[in-house]
Amino acid sequence: MTPQANFMVLAPIDPARRTDLEQLLDSMNDGPGEVNRANPLIPFAQFGTLHFARLVILNDGTLNDVRAYGGGAVPTYPLYLAFLGDIDGEVDSFFKELARRAGDGLRRIFSCCEGFTPGADLVNWMKAHEAPAIAAYVNWRGRTVLQIHEEAALRAALLDYARTNAGEFRDLPPREVHRTLRKFLATELSSGRLTLTPPRSAPIVWWIGNTLNLIGIPLLGLLLLPLLILIAPIYVFCLRRREKTDPELCWRVSQAYSDHLSLFEDRYVTNQFNAMGSLKPGLVRRLTMIGVLSTVDYAARHFVRRGRLGRIRTIHFARWVFLDDKKRMVFFSNYDGTVEAYMDDFINKTGFGLNAVFSNGIGYPRTNWLVRDGCGDEQKYKDFLRRHTLPSQVWYKAYPEFTAIDLERNTRLRKGLEVSSMNEEEAREWVALL
Amino acid sequence: MRQSEVDYRDVQGLARFGYGKIKGASYALLRIKDVAAARAWLRSAPVTSAVVMKPPPSTALQVAFTASGLRALNVPPAVIGSFSPEFLAGMAEENRARRLGDIGSNAPSNWKWGYGAADAPDLIVMFFADSHGLGSFIENSKGVAWRGAFEELRWLGTADLDGVEPFGFVDGISQPHIDWDRQRDVTQPQIDYSNVVALGEFLLGYPNEYNKYTDRPLIDPDPVSRGLLNAEDAPDKKDVGRNGTYLVVRQLRQDVRSLWQFVNQQAGGDAGAAEKLAEAFVGRTRMGSPLVPRSQQEIPGIGPNPDEICLNQFTFAKDPAGSGCPFGAHVFRANPRNADFPGRPTGLAKIITMLGFGPRGLRDDLMSPVRFHRILRRGREYGPELLPEDAVRPAPPEDPERGLHFVCLNANISRQFEFLQNAWINSTKFSGLTGESDPLLGNRQPVPGCPVTSDFTEPRKDGIPQRVSGLPQFVTVRGGAYFFLPSLRAFRFFAEAGIAR
Repeated sequence: MTPQANFMVLAPIDPARRTDLEQLLDSMNDGPGEVNRANPLIPFAQFGTLHFARLVILNDGTLNDVRAYGGGAVPTYPLYLAFLGDIDGEVDSFFKELARRAGDGLRRIFSCCEGFTPGADLVNWMKAHEAPAIAAYVNWRGRTVLQIHEEAALRAALLDYARTNAGEFRDLPPREVHRTLRKFLATELSSGRLTLTPPRSAPIVWWIGNTLNLIGIPLLGLLLLPLLILIAPIYVFCLRRREKTDPELCWRVSQAYSDHLSLFEDRYVTNQFNAMGSLKPGLVRRLTMIGVLSTVDYAARHFVRRGRLGRIRTIHFARWVFLDDKKRMVFFSNYDGTVEAYMDDFINKTGFGLNAVFSNGIGYPRTNWLVRDGCGDEQKYKDFLRRHTLPSQVWYKAYPEFTAIDLERNTRLRKGLEVSSMNEEEAREWVALL
Repeated sequence: MRQSEVDYRDVQGLARFGYGKIKGASYALLRIKDVAAARAWLRSAPVTSAVVMKPPPSTALQVAFTASGLRALNVPPAVIGSFSPEFLAGMAEENRARRLGDIGSNAPSNWKWGYGAADAPDLIVMFFADSHGLGSFIENSKGVAWRGAFEELRWLGTADLDGVEPFGFVDGISQPHIDWDRQRDVTQPQIDYSNVVALGEFLLGYPNEYNKYTDRPLIDPDPVSRGLLNAEDAPDKKDVGRNGTYLVVRQLRQDVRSLWQFVNQQAGGDAGAAEKLAEAFVGRTRMGSPLVPRSQQEIPGIGPNPDEICLNQFTFAKDPAGSGCPFGAHVFRANPRNADFPGRPTGLAKIITMLGFGPRGLRDDLMSPVRFHRILRRGREYGPELLPEDAVRPAPPEDPERGLHFVCLNANISRQFEFLQNAWINSTKFSGLTGESDPLLGNRQPVPGCPVTSDFTEPRKDGIPQRVSGLPQFVTVRGGAYFFLPSLRAFRFFAEAGIAR
C-alpha cells in the first residue's frame, strides 16, 4: 500500500505585496474557480502523485468574535497564504519535485510572503513553513492517483467492449459476463493497452510509524486514564456551564460575500471548502478540541471503513489545522456535490461529530452535552458556517470527472476482476457496476 | 410555547388546495406602475383563503410578490432584508442559475420573462375559474384600479389536459401530506419513509422537520403591524412570515415531439418498446402506476383512498438493484422515498450505522433523508394536447409551444426546491450514477471534466445495465421567479406598510 500524505506551507503575506499575490493566483485560473491545470506557475497536472492542491489566502473575517468574551483588544494575526496538497508517498520527495517542476513559479508566489529571499533554498523554506494537521482524513487509504487513472481506464475499456459486443453479452448470465471480461482484461493487459500496476508495499519507516501510532495512542490514553477519571467531574461541570452561556454568533453573511463565495462553488462535481475561526478561550475548550480531533485522526488512520467518514461518503480528503498557538483553526475539505447538500449531509448524518469538533469554535450554535443540538439548529448552523467559509483562490483536483463513489465503483470493478470466479449473487452485483 | 391551530382564514388557499376542480387558470405577471393605485387594488383584492367552503368555490384568486415587488410597495427595507437570501437574490442570479441547471438554452438571458429589470415581475396574480367564466372573473377582479396600478408583463395561460402533463403521463400524483394538526413528532429519527411532513416545511411560522422555525421577518409591534399575528417562537414580535410561504414559478417548455420521436427511434419503431422506455424515464406508467410493487406496509400520509394507495404506497427499498425502477428515473430523483437511516437499524445497529459500519453496498446511504426536501407542487399545463401517437410525426409549421407552468410551495427555497433541482434532478452523479441527469428535465450541458451528461441507465436483474445515449434536451426553461405568498394578514400589511412612511 502506498500511504497518502499531506502538506501545508503556511507563510505570512507581505502586506505590500498582497495585490501582486492575488493577481498571481488569479493568473493560475482560466476563470473564477476553474484552474488552468497546466498553468506555468504550478503546472499541477504534471505531478503524477498529486490528488488535490489549493492556494488560499486565510483572510479570517471573524476575528472580532473574540469580543463576545469581553476582555481587551482583538488579537492581531498575520494574513497567511496557505499552499496545501494531498499526495501519494512522502512529502520530502514531493517538495523536491515541486522545486524541480515549479521552482520559478513557487518563488514568484512565495516572494510575496514575508521572509522569503531570492537566495532561499525552496525545499528547506517550504519545510520550515509547514503547518501540520492535527487530524486528517483520506477517503481510501492507499489508493494512488495512478491507480485511479488506471481503474478509470479499465472501466471505460470494459464498457466499450461490452457496447461493441452488446449482442453477445445480451443474454449472458452474470458469471459468464465476468468470465468473458476477465479474458478480455487478460488480453488487454498482455498487449499493454491497459495497465494495472500492482500495489507497492508500504515503506518500512511509514509502517513502523503507523504501528507505533496504533499502539501508542491507546497506551497514552491508558496511562492518562487515572488522571482523566479524576478530572472528569470537573471537566463535565466546566463544559456544561460554558455550553449554557457561550454566545451564539450565527447571523447571515452579506449577499455580496455569499455571492463571492458562490463564484468558486458548484463548478465541478467536486467542491473545495475552507472554514476558519477562533477557538473559544480557556483550557476546557482547547483540551476538548485536541482530544476530539486526536480521536478523529486516530479513527481515520486505523479504523474507519474505506470510502466513509462516519456515514458520509462524499469527502475525498479533509484536514484540521491549528494556527497561532491553537488560538485559531482551519478546516479544509474536498467533497462531492453542492455546498448545500454538503451541509445537509453533515447535519443529518454526522451531526454529533460536527458538534464535538466545531462547538469549540466561537459562536457555534448551542450544544447540549457536547454532541447534541448544535448543528440541529439547521439555519443557525448554516449561517455560522457560511460566515467562517473562505474561498480557495486556486483549487486543483487531479481527476475532475470522478466523485468518491465513482472511484469506489471503479475499484470494486477491478477487485472483482482479480477474483477468478464468483457465485451467482456476487457476479450479479459486480456486473451491475458496469 | 403555546401551540395554536392554524387559522385557515389567514392562509392563501393554494397552500391547502390545488383547485384541481376549477379547470381554468391564468396567471398575470405584473409590474407596479403606480404604488397608490396598486395599494388600492390590493386592499380590495378578493384573495381566497384556505377555509373549506361548501360547496367548493368556483373561482379563486391568489397573489404573491417578488422582492422587487415588496420594494416597490415601500415595505421597510429591514422587513424585506429578513426574507431568505434566495428570495432576495432571485432565481436568475448568475451563480444560482448555474446551480439550478439554467445554463445553455436554459440560461436566464434566453428567458421570455423573469430576467433583467425590464422582464422581472413584481407580483403574480393567479386567477382560477372554470374556463368559460375565467374571462369575466378576471375582468371583475381587476376592477377600476388595475389599469392604473399595474403594467401587465405577461399572462401565463394554462390548459386543462385532464390531469395529464404534455408528455402524456398522469401528473401530480405524489404530494406530501402536510401535518396541519401538528401531530408529527419530528424530534425522533424517522426509521421508515413517511409522507407526512411538518407544517413548517410548507408554511412559515411553524416548526419544520428540524423542529425549528424557519427564518422570516419578525418585527416590533407598531400601528401598521398591529394586525399581524405574533411569532410563536418570539411572542413579543410580529411575524410577517407566519401563514405565508415561498412560491417558485418556472415556465418549462416541453418538446413532446422530441421525446416521443427519440424513444421511438431507440425502440426501432416498436411503439410498445418506445412507451416502455418513456415509462422508464418517468418511473411510472402513463396511467401513473409505479414501476415497483406496492408495499405491504402502510405509509403514513398515503391513503385511505384506494386509488392513492395503488399509486403511492411504495418505496424503492425492495428494488435495491434498480431493475424495477431505474435510479435515474424522474420520480426516483424527485423523491427517493428514503428515511433517516438505510436499512431501518435500531438500537446498537443504529450506532454502528452512525459510525459508518452499516450496509456496505455501493449505493447505500448516498442520499439525504427526503423529509427535508419535499415540495408541494401546484403546476398547470399550457398549450394544446399532443398525443404520443401524433407526436412521432414531424412538426407542422407554427407548431404551438407546450409545457408546464411549474409552481411549487416551500418554506425554505434553498433546502427544498433548489436542493431537489440541483442535488437530485440535475446532478450527473445522483445515487452513484454517472454521465446522466434527469431524463426529462436534464439540460445535457457538460460539466467541466464530464463532457457527457446525456445518458440514461436501466439496470437489469441479470446482466450489464442497459444504457441509452444521446438524450436530447426535452425541457427548456422559459422563465421563472421566486415569490412570497403572504398570509392574508401580511398581505394587508404590505398594502398598508409603506403608507405611514
